[in-house]
Amino acid sequence: MSLLSVRDLEVVFSRRGRRPVRAVDGVSFDVRAGQTLGLVGESGCGKSVTSLAIMGLLPKRGVQVAGSVLLEGRQLLGLDDGELRDLRGRDIAMIFQDPLTSLNPVLTIGRQITEILERHFGTPKREARVEAARLLDMVGIPNAARRLDDYPHQFSGGMRQRVMIASALACQPKLLIADEPTTALDVTIQAQILELLKALVVDSQSALVLITHDLGVVAGLCENVHVMYSGRIVESATRRELFGRPRHPYTAGLLASVPRLDQERGTPLRPIAGSPRDTIPWASGCAFSPRCPNQIEPCLGAPPPLLPEHAASAVQSHDLRCVNPVPAPVAEQVTAARRPRAGVASATRATATTTESGDSPPRVRRTAKAATPVRPAKAAKPAKAAKPAKPAAPSKATKPQAPRKGAR
Amino acid sequence: MLKFVVRRLLLLIPILLGVSILVFFWVRALPGGPETALLGERSTPERIAEVRRTYGLDRPIHEQYVSYLKRVASFDFGDSIQTRRPVTEEIKERFPATVELSLAAMLLAVGFGIPLGFIAAKRYQGFFDQVSIGGSLLGISIPVFFLAFMLKYVFAVKLGWLPSVGRQDPIISASHPTNFYVLDGLVTGNFNAAWDAVKHLILPAVALATIPLAVIARITRAAVLEVVNEDYVRTANAKGLSGRVVDRRHVLKNAMLPVVTVIGLQIGLLLSGAVLTETVFSWGGMGSFLGDAIFNRDFPVLQGGILFLAVVFVVVNLLVDITYGFLDPRIRVR
Amino acid sequence: MSLTQAEAAEVAIETLGEEAAPKAEVWRRLRRNPSFLIGLALIVIFVIVAIAAPLLAPYSPTDRQWFDEVRPGFVPGPRAENLLGVDQQGQDELSRIIYGARYSLLIGVVSLSIGAFAGIVVGTLAGAFGGWVDSLLMRLMDVMLAIPGLLFAIGLAALLGRSLKSVMIAIAVVNVPIFARLLRSSMLAQRESDYVLASRSVGVRRWRIVMQHVLPNSISPVIVQGTLALATAIIDAAGLAFLGLGSADPSVPEWGRMLAETQRSLASAPQLAFFPGLAIVFSVLGFYLVGDALREALDPKLRR
Repeated sequence: MSLLSVRDLEVVFSRRGRRPVRAVDGVSFDVRAGQTLGLVGESGCGKSVTSLAIMGLLPKRGVQVAGSVLLEGRQLLGLDDGELRDLRGRDIAMIFQDPLTSLNPVLTIGRQITEILERHFGTPKREARVEAARLLDMVGIPNAARRLDDYPHQFSGGMRQRVMIASALACQPKLLIADEPTTALDVTIQAQILELLKALVVDSQSALVLITHDLGVVAGLCENVHVMYSGRIVESATRRELFGRPRHPYTAGLLASVPRLDQERGTPLRPIAGSPRDTIPWASGCAFSPRCPNQIEPCLGAPPPLLPEHAASAVQSHDLRCVNPVPAPVAEQVTAARRPRAGVASATRATATTTESGDSPPRVRRTAKAATPVRPAKAAKPAKAAKPAKPAAPSKATKPQAPRKGAR
Repeated sequence: MLKFVVRRLLLLIPILLGVSILVFFWVRALPGGPETALLGERSTPERIAEVRRTYGLDRPIHEQYVSYLKRVASFDFGDSIQTRRPVTEEIKERFPATVELSLAAMLLAVGFGIPLGFIAAKRYQGFFDQVSIGGSLLGISIPVFFLAFMLKYVFAVKLGWLPSVGRQDPIISASHPTNFYVLDGLVTGNFNAAWDAVKHLILPAVALATIPLAVIARITRAAVLEVVNEDYVRTANAKGLSGRVVDRRHVLKNAMLPVVTVIGLQIGLLLSGAVLTETVFSWGGMGSFLGDAIFNRDFPVLQGGILFLAVVFVVVNLLVDITYGFLDPRIRVR
Repeated sequence: MSLTQAEAAEVAIETLGEEAAPKAEVWRRLRRNPSFLIGLALIVIFVIVAIAAPLLAPYSPTDRQWFDEVRPGFVPGPRAENLLGVDQQGQDELSRIIYGARYSLLIGVVSLSIGAFAGIVVGTLAGAFGGWVDSLLMRLMDVMLAIPGLLFAIGLAALLGRSLKSVMIAIAVVNVPIFARLLRSSMLAQRESDYVLASRSVGVRRWRIVMQHVLPNSISPVIVQGTLALATAIIDAAGLAFLGLGSADPSVPEWGRMLAETQRSLASAPQLAFFPGLAIVFSVLGFYLVGDALREALDPKLRR
């Protein structure tokens, strides 16, 4: 049984005097215990609303949520407020985008962590403080015990996000939802925070749902990726599949629009035409079709269904909502060209991170645990290509663009 | 924190000096000049000459200002034309009455305004919200003296539930060591007198409290509505804290910041309103003192009273500022 | 729980791609706001009554034709002849209230215009020049604000003597620091804005930037404040008249003084206090309602 099972989730915002907006439109996915999952899409595609719906944090008025959200088989939609509050912070925790505004400015950092422990475990004040100091230490805040009585404005952005992570992990939740956890941070800090998240998630065996618009972030962290567009999942696959053989024109477009380490210098970036606003309702066809380079006649008329990709290797599931996907041969070619180098990239990556975060390394306490299912054995494929990737490139170095996980 | 307080105190000095200059020139601009202002219009030339000499009105203006400042600093505002008593003496007797009234009004305003605003915000656009918004606008629109009139008419004249004038029934013999009548009654063990003073206090306090109450309710509502949408409140909810804890610890604590500022500003309104309310209820405080002074063209009283109340206003605002510093750690550190 | 409403609404709006032009949006919000419409109606009635007083009033406000009927402790109450009764002087109360609107409107508009204009000039100078000009002007404004508004007005009006003119000047002066600070702070915000920086970077002169960009963009808070200040001006004028600082001529029908005059006869003729008071409340309420609705409609933070 999966830890979290989302089925046909639908969120409709209706405001008086305006036509209702279907922000999330039949989204289904599963998260296994300890799994890391990426939810990717441009802003407004419904990924944040999905997470808020799971958390039960959407406003009651003006919002209709339908479908089902099961946490360990328990239906979360329709739970009453008290039951939800018992669950939140203990079983599901969430990290938000902007650490500058997500911490209460008039409460000390210590208080903002101890209050969770008090709430869910009834921990006495003094013990809660000790535990809070331990958590802050765990996320790499220097002098943790002494900083408990400091206020958020006395911390930098990166440090505040560490505090957020510490408070999210306070109760060792089964599921951690991180909504754009690094978007508001400097690039160098981003890498550190991602490293920290990864290490902590591995240790705690929490499952992680990472919501982001940044494919680089997903590449570094997630086993499985769902790409969302206009409220629906349009492609879902393992990271390796998705980065190697993107089939949906949107995914392919996203990949082509970000710079990659393993590309030849001078390869032009190809942004996706138009903006997320150039959309049509799913009912009248594929919402992406107005921006799609591959648009053909069957794209319009009826919504394309989400179907398993037929032509691909049957080993890995790869679902697709497209009637005219990016041709597989091209994708195959891309993969073939990419794979070897990717291996190198990931091999050199490790050194890249350590040197890079050298000035203020996050002190991550790792228990000596065997590789969990989250993190399978290192890449099986040995590096073939002679030419090493450029590890010096600061920001993307920590986000390997290609899978480093071996084939199953 | 100490640095913060000291800096605020230093900022006070230029303001107070400025106010004193303003009042100084105000006295000089009075019809007939300061000597007439000090002595009244019916006074002998000899008397005027004497006053000119003692107050140094024949000397250069900056010297005059310095000596004026010295007098003011030692609380010498001259004698009231009406009562022939030193203005300072009068203030000493009457100021506690105004403080008593203003405190009672502020207590009402804060005690009802904050919960009202909070509940309205929680029921945003609901029935309670609409009613309290409409009610608070109406409350702001009613002139203090009109409300005082209506209260007096309904509860004192028509229903006879409460006394309509004064601070205490003259039949009650009570000693007044502090001039805070309610407190006096309690201190001297004269609970009858204290109760009577409370009864006298109710109507003027309600009249005076209405506008600040409405303002505080509105600002609380606005602040809560704003805070409630802050990310940290969402975080608090995501932590699973109970609704009550979220409201108290996260919403209200932050929403109080603008409310405290507004409470400070209301003190000015309260002092202004006191002039009118006290006039209606013949409340023997600073307000009716000034009201009478206007009527009698008693300029020493006006001068001393306005200067005194301005200083009170500035000092109270300083205290509010410091409170704000305690509430908001970001200010405290700066 | 409406706590994340804004967040969700933002997403919704984003997805919709609806972002009406600000001015049209403001107008749309105003039109749909019932309190704006009520307020506007009250103002319109108030202004019409003030302007058309001679046409609307059944009698002259200074005609003491019912003086014979007034006895100590008795004045004729509301009746067919005098809808709101007769006052102590034997004058028709309704006519006096109708004419009173003229004085209230006159005092409000004149004092607001003078005060707002002076405040805008001071604020513009302070905001445009900065430096010691700014410091000096703002310290002066601080001093003026340090004296509670009505007390300041009382002092000034007492100084200038009993007349409508001195009431207007007193209220105008009290308004100066309010507008000066408002304009200055909004100008300072504008000064840091991108379009001003852009104009500066291409070498547009300071005054040109101030007059062409900064001032027009600072005007909406001034409009809001102006509406609210008009309400306060009416209340304060009534308060001053109540304290005996209005016009020296007792036959002038000022609402505040009409109220004050009934102080002695409250028990026998409460209607003489009630109706002028109600007139003040409704006219003031109109301006507050409109000002409030304007502020809400113009506030970008609330534009959700």
